[in-house]
Amino acid sequence: MRIGRRDSLPGFGLTMGLTLTWLSVIVLIPLAGLFLKTFELSPDQFWSIVTSRRTLNALKMSFGLAFAAALVNLVMGTIIVWALVRYRFPGRRLFDAIVDIPFALPTAVAGVALTSLFAEKGWLGAPLAALGIKVAFTPIGIFVAMVFIGIPFVVRTVQPVLIDLDPEIEEAAASLGASRWHTIYRVILPSLVPALLTGLALAFARAVGEYGSVIFIAGNLPNVSEIAPLLIVIRLSEFRYADATAIAVVMLLAAFLIIFTVNRLQRWAQIRGSATP
Amino acid sequence: MTIEMTLRQDRRSAVADSGGSRAAADAGDLRTEPRAVRIIIITIAVTFLSIFVVLPLVVVFAQAFSKGIGAYLAALSDPEALTAIRLTLLIAAISVTLNLVFGLVAAWAIAKFEFSGKTFLISLVDLPFSVSPVISGLVFVLLFGAQGYFGPWLASHDIRLLFAVPGIALATLFVTFPFVVRALIPLMQEQGTQEEEAAISLGASGLQTFFRVTLPNIKWGVLYGVLLCNARAMGEFGAVSVVSGHIRGETNTMPLLVEILYNEYQFVASFAIASLLAMLALITLVMKTILERRLDEG
Repeated sequence: MRIGRRDSLPGFGLTMGLTLTWLSVIVLIPLAGLFLKTFELSPDQFWSIVTSRRTLNALKMSFGLAFAAALVNLVMGTIIVWALVRYRFPGRRLFDAIVDIPFALPTAVAGVALTSLFAEKGWLGAPLAALGIKVAFTPIGIFVAMVFIGIPFVVRTVQPVLIDLDPEIEEAAASLGASRWHTIYRVILPSLVPALLTGLALAFARAVGEYGSVIFIAGNLPNVSEIAPLLIVIRLSEFRYADATAIAVVMLLAAFLIIFTVNRLQRWAQIRGSATP
Repeated sequence: MTIEMTLRQDRRSAVADSGGSRAAADAGDLRTEPRAVRIIIITIAVTFLSIFVVLPLVVVFAQAFSKGIGAYLAALSDPEALTAIRLTLLIAAISVTLNLVFGLVAAWAIAKFEFSGKTFLISLVDLPFSVSPVISGLVFVLLFGAQGYFGPWLASHDIRLLFAVPGIALATLFVTFPFVVRALIPLMQEQGTQEEEAAISLGASGLQTFFRVTLPNIKWGVLYGVLLCNARAMGEFGAVSVVSGHIRGETNTMPLLVEILYNEYQFVASFAIASLLAMLALITLVMKTILERRLDEG
């Protein structure tokens, strides 16, 4: 990192030095320690931990359900954002604000609240149990918690794009005889695709690593309803640091892959945005 | 990319646009759907948000008060609850203070100067946002735990970081690291360096310039970052859970106590603490909306 040009303001050396030091102490060194710890394992050891039945099931549970939840967020998020941006209805501003609650509510609070809601005697759990659907303490419960925490991502990434969409393109399509459905499908939806995919990726990333809101409702049965972050905690409490580290590294690499994808998506969105003046 | 920060930007354009889309909805048969479709979409959106977001929030308060206000207040004045509240406030104070100082320093370096590798540095600052909370705690166990790199050394010098306040503070600092910086960088970049350059050329010192010129310009942004940082610091569960050791009456923050009481079937007590955290979340949301309006006004 080199200074590009001499600036007229003072304090670059000092503030940059402090920034890099503090960043290293709090974030970079601890994360590097995680990777260093992994190198203490031989590739065979690493592989046998990651592919052990319980780990594999936990990873499948976290990634699979997170993806399913992100897909629900994609569909519901699109409907919510359409209603919030395009229609006027009583309480619209309130519902707009409500979308942020899953961000703001501490995860442990969300966890106990969802569990109590979907437990067999809960407000929603009781009618669902009458239909023969058990939510709490099953993988469906994990899925419900992941849907909850993912709600804001699609809404908040798509909202600004839909608001800034040029109305003239739609009007042109309509006046040229395109049906409303055709206009939405062929004109509006394509310009929302980068934002929709970004929201999907962000919701997925959040749900994969989620812990607090999931563990209460999950049931936490090994191989059945155990998520990967919980398995890390269990391995730590058993002092099996190597196992915990190996699972963590797999999850961290997946998270980095998702950030990389999101960055590419945003660059794509920018190029698209500048192509249509 | 930080979703908390993009929230602010879309709110900005949402405010700017609300007049325009109303006009379109009024005049527009070209840009809207048949009435029946509109009603169906609104109903789906409102129902979904009510079931998945409003109901959980209502449940927290219903459960907290299910045995009456007396039981609620008794649960909150329990010594264990008071210790947890105190610890949570202490941890929040530590992480807000350190993140505030760091945030101002880092935003000055990043926003007011041009250097190569800036984008890369910003993505390093963002890193904690994309790390699972459990992993954010794990990294400190690997450094300072009994089997960790510095564990034996710390043990022989009788220093206790893990399962004690310093460990909880470190894990919280990790997860709240980006909030203040990321609130300030776009704001300070937008404002440029002209005012500061003028102050310097008139003979002000660097610190004078910062406190007299820069800080007044970014005060709402600072508050915004502090608000989000504080909410996360008080509510953090996963990272803190890994490093706290759950020592009763000592290392339990409010979210951890919610978990412990819940697992002991003390639902009223658990939801009473949870209701305080839920109120914190609601107050944070209201203040965030107010600050966003201030920031939009400039």
